[in-house]
Amino acid sequence: MVGTGIARELSRYDVRVVLVEKRADVAFGTTKANTALVHAGYDAEPGTWKARLNVRGNALYPKVCAELGVSYKNTGSLVVALAEEQTVHLHELRARGETNGVPGLEVIPRERVLAIEPGVSPSVAAALWAPTGGITSPWELAIAYAENAVANGVELLLSSPVIGIDMRGGRAVSVRCPGVVIYTQFVVNAAGIWADDIERMINRDDFEITPRRGEYYLFDRRVGHLVSRPLFPVPSQATKGIVVAPTVDGNLIAGPNALLVGDKGDLATTAAGLAEVIDGARKLVPGLPVRESITNFAGLRAVAVPVGDFVIGASPGVPNFVNAAGIQSPGLTAAPAIAEAVRDILADAGLVLVEKPTFNPVRERPTRFSELGRDEQSALIEKNPLWGHIICRCETVTEAEIVEALHRPVPCTTLDGVKFRTRAGAGRCQGGFCGPRVVDIIHRELDTPMEHVTKKGGGSYILSGPSKGPLLEQAACRCLADAGCNAARDDGPDDGQVCGRAGAEDVGEGVGRGDHGNLGEQDVCRIETREREEVGGHAHGRV
Amino acid sequence: MRTVECDIAVVGAGPAGLAAAARAKQCGAGRVILMDRDRELGGILNQCIHNGFGLQLLSEELTGPEYAEHFISEARDAGVETMLDTMVLEVTQSRQIVAVNRHEGLMRIDAKAIVLAMGARERNRGGVIIPGMRPAGVFTAGAAQRYVNMEGYMPGKRIVVLGSGDIGLIMARRLTWEGAKVEAVLEILPFPSGLTRNIVQCLNDQGIPLYLSHTVVDIHGEERVEGVTVARVDGNLRPIPGTEWDIECDTLLLSVGLIPENELTRDVGGELDPVTGGPVVTDEMETSTPGIFACGNVVHIHDLVDNVTREAWTAGEGAARLVAGQQPGDDTVRTRAGDGIRYVVPHVLHLDNLASRDVRLFMRATRPAERVQVEAVVGGEVVFSKSERVVRPAEMVMLTIPQGKVSPVEAGLNRAGLNKVSPDCADGGSQPELVVRITSRDRGTGAEGGEKA
Repeated sequence: MVGTGIARELSRYDVRVVLVEKRADVAFGTTKANTALVHAGYDAEPGTWKARLNVRGNALYPKVCAELGVSYKNTGSLVVALAEEQTVHLHELRARGETNGVPGLEVIPRERVLAIEPGVSPSVAAALWAPTGGITSPWELAIAYAENAVANGVELLLSSPVIGIDMRGGRAVSVRCPGVVIYTQFVVNAAGIWADDIERMINRDDFEITPRRGEYYLFDRRVGHLVSRPLFPVPSQATKGIVVAPTVDGNLIAGPNALLVGDKGDLATTAAGLAEVIDGARKLVPGLPVRESITNFAGLRAVAVPVGDFVIGASPGVPNFVNAAGIQSPGLTAAPAIAEAVRDILADAGLVLVEKPTFNPVRERPTRFSELGRDEQSALIEKNPLWGHIICRCETVTEAEIVEALHRPVPCTTLDGVKFRTRAGAGRCQGGFCGPRVVDIIHRELDTPMEHVTKKGGGSYILSGPSKGPLLEQAACRCLADAGCNAARDDGPDDGQVCGRAGAEDVGEGVGRGDHGNLGEQDVCRIETREREEVGGHAHGRV
Repeated sequence: MRTVECDIAVVGAGPAGLAAAARAKQCGAGRVILMDRDRELGGILNQCIHNGFGLQLLSEELTGPEYAEHFISEARDAGVETMLDTMVLEVTQSRQIVAVNRHEGLMRIDAKAIVLAMGARERNRGGVIIPGMRPAGVFTAGAAQRYVNMEGYMPGKRIVVLGSGDIGLIMARRLTWEGAKVEAVLEILPFPSGLTRNIVQCLNDQGIPLYLSHTVVDIHGEERVEGVTVARVDGNLRPIPGTEWDIECDTLLLSVGLIPENELTRDVGGELDPVTGGPVVTDEMETSTPGIFACGNVVHIHDLVDNVTREAWTAGEGAARLVAGQQPGDDTVRTRAGDGIRYVVPHVLHLDNLASRDVRLFMRATRPAERVQVEAVVGGEVVFSKSERVVRPAEMVMLTIPQGKVSPVEAGLNRAGLNKVSPDCADGGSQPELVVRITSRDRGTGAEGGEKA
């Protein structure tokens, strides 16, 4: 989220930018597992980065999401006091919010809360109403940021973990990834829960990221109406508590709890944690039915210790290495403002920022069949029949959308990547029906062997290999051929394949990729390729 | 948008849709259109390449595709029109369907009657709430079956199966035959969920261990499944601390139940049965929305396809009768699941039908029991019963009430007082009911026959 936002911000200027991501896709870290809220900004201590960038980020959201075609709803939000004695905290929050510059905060009485949120616990005493609160889709925004950045000339390296940073004269001069060295004038560290590991590569140790895990339940759209806006409990010292909120896709989300974990890979949910989430959520919304849960997951907050606040600024003594680290909540809300802040810090450190006349801030929202009226749907199908082929029945996603997602500026090569871009597999059956079909489309469109298609890159292969069946079938065909027979095979799939290719051409394969050589770049950054094969964003299937 | 008119539209061309469409046409309906989202007729039968289908109904042991083929020819011979690769997006109370496919685009189908036969989907990891990591390698058994049998790919090499549902058992054997090692099948209940013949043929014969009263409590692996932690559960199905152990595997298959696919039914707005998850239906298989019928797994989960076909015939006949204006009268009796019974389908019986034909009830036992009577009770009197040597939750119980057994007079019901099921009916506010129950032949009441795993 933070990295793509910064890259997109810098793509406004005549600067050569390389965005490096260790995973197979953008948005695969904390971005894909958080509460998806646009916070108003009353929580953070006045004067902190969190307070400042939250309020600024919140104000930027409507414009950013409109430019980039990202889902965003200004629902307002409520902090719910479930007992009379909690209402004092609402007034404290309001006062803090006003100091932070949050507009429109108001403590509203029980009746008004119940009138706008009938599902809330009847024990509600009052609530803090924050009209600027809202909801968004974090991965949509990160993907849109990345796509817009790439369209404006940023080079994106996926599946490229940083393995070293070289220093000369107290400055970071190059960043090494497997097979690639990037010579650069500036490095921005937006590595999320790994930001401390990256900073150690320049021999600095200013903070430690201690991952704090939060678990979530996601509920079926059927119960999406139970809540119309994010509901928070009165916060504790450590967290904002377990929230119940609608999502932009019509589901409900409940969570997170908070548990410090030692391992940055520990994204496991636990029975105890999930029970805690349900208990917490039901305090706010007693009618929440567990049986309507469609999935649960965990995310890791990147908590910077001992700072507590966001860590934004150059590493002490290394003026060209800028951290954007420790971005826990309200990091999603703050992201557009963090991008501005980092831009300004880079400028202060000597990066010359000249606006590019060619910069295009607009990234069109990918067309979603389910969002269209029947007439528009008909018109699309007439142009391209793949719009008439529903692959994901739960979310009504067509083959055309999936094909399109596989050929956009930011390479999408995985099942999860398709899910985040199109919602195929994000519905109540969680890919039980469309999973095999999407794997097949990825295989066809990207010319990837079936057993190399992954869920999320790396070793997350889906199929271990062919069964014996096809071998036997081939053997049988050979026997028949030897015997002079024609082993006729169903030619249905071929038909689909031809259509698929046509669809791909329609959307313009690979727009923007590898097409940025002629932008007048300032020589901030240069990539040297050590081993040809490993450069670029394509996942290479499992190792 | 193109508009198509027909007498009967059938949504879903699995075993239920095929049989309903063919029967409706055979019963004299005009244009019958059978729609399916897949490329081929037959639904899930196409990936069920094991045998055991049709034993009851066709007296032969067929594979899924063979069973499908039998009913596909029947539908074709009867003159049923088919629309494949077609997804139904919307069904309305006024019996209009909006559907889409890539050849004809969006279309509206106006039908005099609709038969919903969408089948079921598999309950997934989110539905059973298995904690742990979220790597690749967790599949529902049916998805794995599609990969192996239709696409020719293996989901993994070392497999643990959670749930002893039939698809899971069949897949345990299938994957073993394909060279994978199935480490274990785990069942949270103290008894298996699948058919006994599948336990024997798919597990015992293959040497695959079945752990009853066990479940998966953790999934390991960041990218791909590396193992699972399993534990024994107590009487409330809660894992017992200290009983955990790890099984190394690269794949976890879930066979933890099917959920009737009633998204369209919900849109129509009919009454649903909270136990089955399917619509409330009459003995014509008509839902509470007039002219909209349902049959097969969309109504309740069956274990034998033969029963799906039987139920679908009833729906096809009912729909054809409605189109011909020959429906039974409005007098009905409601069925209710009594002692030892989890649910009973259909939910509403027409007195006309009880008088003029045999009426079949499908039901499931709450728990395993031996030497029992299955009884139909009206007004406190047993009107019909049959004995069963053994009942199991996994195996559907069928009770066919012979024609005339429930005559309103004999059962002490005043026909005039039985107008439509309504809260204000004649005999003091209580609805006329036909209760089905299981009683022990040994002890007189209840169903506490010896529990056997």
